[in-house]
Amino acid sequence: MTAFVVRRLMQAVLVMLTVGFIAFTMFNFIGDPVNNLVGPDATAEDRERIRVSLGLDRPFYVQYVKFLANAVQGQFGTSFRLGMKVTTVLAERMPATLELVFSAALISLCIGVPLGVYTGIHRRGVLSRVFLTFSLIGISLPTFLIGILLILIFSVYLKWLPSFGRGQVVDLGWWSTGFLTQSGLRSLILPAITLGLFQTTLIMRLVRAEMLEVMRTDYIKFARARGLSRRAINFGHALKNTLVPVITITGLQIGGLIAFAIITETVFQWPGMGLLFLQAIQYADVPVMSCYLILVALMFVMINLAVDLLYYAVDPRLRADRGAVRGRQV
Amino acid sequence: MKRSILALGAFALALALVVPVAADAKTFRYSTSGDVIGMDPHINNEGPTNAMKGNIYEGLVHRLPDLKVVPSLATEWSQPEPTIWRFKLRQGVKFHDGTPFTADDVVFSFARINGEQSDMNTYVTTVKEVKKIDDFTVDFITKGPDPILHQNLTLFFIMSKAWSEKNNTTLPIRGTSAESYANRFAMGTGPFKLVERVPDTRTVLEPNKEWWGKPTHNLDRVEFRPIANNATRVAALLSGEIDMMYPVPLQDVPRLSQTAGVKVMEGPELRTIFLGFDQARDELLYSNVKGKNPFKDVRVRRAFYQALDMEQIKRVVMRGASTPTGLMIAPGIVGFDAELNKRYPFDADGAKKLLVEAGYPQGFEVQLDCPNDRYVNDEAICLAVVPMLARIGVTVKLFAQTKGKHFDKIGLKENRNTSFFMLGWTPGTYDGHNALSNLMTMRAKGSGSNNSGAYTNPKVEDLAEKIEVETDPKKRLEMMHEAMRIHKEDFGHLPLHQQALAWGVRDTVAEIIQRPYNDVDLRFVKLK
Repeated sequence: MTAFVVRRLMQAVLVMLTVGFIAFTMFNFIGDPVNNLVGPDATAEDRERIRVSLGLDRPFYVQYVKFLANAVQGQFGTSFRLGMKVTTVLAERMPATLELVFSAALISLCIGVPLGVYTGIHRRGVLSRVFLTFSLIGISLPTFLIGILLILIFSVYLKWLPSFGRGQVVDLGWWSTGFLTQSGLRSLILPAITLGLFQTTLIMRLVRAEMLEVMRTDYIKFARARGLSRRAINFGHALKNTLVPVITITGLQIGGLIAFAIITETVFQWPGMGLLFLQAIQYADVPVMSCYLILVALMFVMINLAVDLLYYAVDPRLRADRGAVRGRQV
Repeated sequence: MKRSILALGAFALALALVVPVAADAKTFRYSTSGDVIGMDPHINNEGPTNAMKGNIYEGLVHRLPDLKVVPSLATEWSQPEPTIWRFKLRQGVKFHDGTPFTADDVVFSFARINGEQSDMNTYVTTVKEVKKIDDFTVDFITKGPDPILHQNLTLFFIMSKAWSEKNNTTLPIRGTSAESYANRFAMGTGPFKLVERVPDTRTVLEPNKEWWGKPTHNLDRVEFRPIANNATRVAALLSGEIDMMYPVPLQDVPRLSQTAGVKVMEGPELRTIFLGFDQARDELLYSNVKGKNPFKDVRVRRAFYQALDMEQIKRVVMRGASTPTGLMIAPGIVGFDAELNKRYPFDADGAKKLLVEAGYPQGFEVQLDCPNDRYVNDEAICLAVVPMLARIGVTVKLFAQTKGKHFDKIGLKENRNTSFFMLGWTPGTYDGHNALSNLMTMRAKGSGSNNSGAYTNPKVEDLAEKIEVETDPKKRLEMMHEAMRIHKEDFGHLPLHQQALAWGVRDTVAEIIQRPYNDVDLRFVKLK
C-alpha cells in the first residue's frame, strides 16, 4: 500500500517535470513577452535591457533549469503582467475556481443522479425521452455557447442574475468565499450551471446505463419477489450498486472541471485560475503559465491517486485478490 | 448554548443573504476588454493603463480631450533658452496622504522614470537634467533644443518622494524576483484616489475631496471592472450592470444602437493602419522575383496603392467603422493636413498599366505579413487585400499570426524579416515628428525602429532632423507638411484607414467625452 502511494508520487514528480519541460519549449511560440511589457515607442536598446533583466535572453532550457532550481525552493517568480508573486496570485485565485468547481460538481450530482435513476427505471416514459433529448444538448453544445445563452436569458432579458464577476466576497483568512453573500451566491448560479451541464448529462447517462444493467440482475428480481417497496429496491439496492463507477468518473471529472473552468471563467469574467491562465497566455506571462500548468498537473495526478485509493477501498475484490496473491507467496 | 450559537450563525447567514448591498449614489461603472496592467506611473506604457493612472496621478501638464495641453501641476512655463524649459509649480497641492507637493517630487520623479526598468522614459529622453531652482520652480535642461517637450510631459506623472521612500519603491521594478509596491498601490495628486484594487476584477476610485482644481465630474465612486469576453461585455451593458464599456464589437454596433437605453458613440481613432514594403533589400525575402526588388520602383508601389479599394474595405470588412486615409497620421495629430489626407483615386486598370510599365506584365508573388489579434479585423483586411491585388496580377500569400510573433518578425528583433507587412501607429506624442522618426526615416540615431520596410528619402530625412529642433511652430508645421507630401508622392507606405472607436453608453450617463485615443478621462464623466 505505502509502496503503491510512493510509486505514484514519484510518477507525479516525473509528470510535473515533463509538463514543465513541454510548457517551456512551447513558450517560444507565444511571442516575445517584452513586446507586451513595453510601449511601441520603446527603443531596441530599452527592449534588450528589459529582456536581459528578466532573463529572457537565455535559451529556453537554461530558463527551464533556472525555473526548476527556484521552484524547488518554493520560488515561482513574479508575474510579468501583475507584478505580484505568482504564488500569491494563484492563492488569491484558487478559491474562486475551487468554489465554482465544487458547485458545478454538486449540481451535476444532485441533478444527474436522480435523472439517471428516473430514466433508468422509466425507460420508455415520455419524460425520460425529454430528459434524454435535453442531455444530448448538454453533451453537444460547447460551454461558451451555453454560457452566453444563459447570460442572454437570465441577465439581459429577465435581469435576474448578474452576467459577470463573482459579486461580494468574504475573506475567511486567506480563503475568499462567495458563499456567504447574496451577490456572491447569485453570481455563482450561471457559471456553475454552465460548467456543470456537461457533467450532469454525463452522470445522468452513466447512472441510466448502470441502472438498466442492474435492474436485470437476479437480486433485484428476488427483491421484487420478496415484496420490497419500489423505493427500497430502486434506491436502496439498485442505485447503491451503480455508484462505484459513478464515484470513479465523478472523481476523474473534477480534474476535467478544473480544466474546463478556463472557458467558463472567461465567459463570466470569473476571477479564478482559468481566467488568469488565459490572460497569461495573451500577455506571454511565462511565470504564471508555468506555475499554473505544473499546479494543474499536480492536481490531476493527486485526483487520479485519490480515485485509485478510493477504488481500492470500495471494491473488496481488489483487496481479496491481493490477499490471495500474498497467501500463495508465503 | 450550542443551539443559540447555531441560531446566531443561521441568523447571520440569513442576514447576509437578505440585506442587499447599499446602492451608491452616482457610481460610475465601466468596463473594457483588459485590466490595467499596474499602477506604477513609470512603467507599463500602455494606453488604457496610462489613462487610469492619469486619473490618480498628474503630470506638470494635462492633455484635454481635444488634445490641447493645459497647465496641471505646473501653472506656467517658458523657454528662456533653447535648451531650458522653466516650469512654475502649483502651490498648495497635496498628495492623497496629505504631504505637500514640491519641486523635490519633480526631481525625484525624473530620477525614478529614468530607472533601469522603466519604459516610460521615452517621454523624457530629450531631457538631460531636472534642476530645482526653488521649492516651486524647476528647470528641465534638454540635450538639444526640444520644441515639443511639454507635449511629452503629459505622461510624466509625479510621484510623492516621501511615500515612495517610505514604501521602498523608489525605482520602477518588474522581474522574476521582485514585487513592486507602487504597482499595487497609488499615491498621486490627481482628482481621484485609489480605494481598492483587485487585479482582473475591479479597480475602485473615489474623488479626491482635497483636489486643487474644480471637479468637472459629479461622481461619488468609480468602479472599473474589466470583462475580457466581448459577448459578456455587451450583455453586461444591456442588463445595466455597467454604465459604459468599450470597445463595442463591430457586429454588435447596429443592435446596441437600436436598444432603448443604450447608445453607441463612434469616432475615429488616432491610430493609422497601413501597409509597408521592403524598399531596402536588393532582392525580396518572400517573392518569386529574383535578382531585383520590385518595391524599389515607385510605379509598383503606386500600382499597389491604386489597386486597393478602401471604400469597399470600409463597407464590407469594417462595416462602415473606418475612415480611409491618405496620410500616415490622423486628424488631431500635429502635422495633419486635410488636403494631403485625400487619397489618390482607386484605379485598378491604371494600376495594371503601371505594373506593365515597370516590367511586371505577369505580376509577381509576394508574402504579406499580418497580425491577427492586434487591430480591428486586421486579418480580414489582409484577406480583402489579397483578391484586390490579384486583379492586377499580383499573387499575395497571406501570413497572419499573433501580434507578439508578428511584431518580432517585422521588427528589429528579426531584422525586418518581411517584404510586405501591416502595421498600425499612433504617435505617442500626438506630434507628426514621432511618425516621421519611427516610421519614415532611418538616418538619425534611434529613428526607424518601426520602419519595417526601411523607407528612406534624403529630403524627408533632412526635414525630420530640422523639425526636431525647430522651435517656431509655424515653420515646423510647414516642414512637417512638406515631409508628409514627399512621403505620399513616394508611396513610401500604403496608408489604409483609422479604425473607428465604438463605445457603448447607457442612458444613466449624462455626459462622457470620447477621447480619440480610446480611453476614459474620468474628469469629464457626469451621471444623471
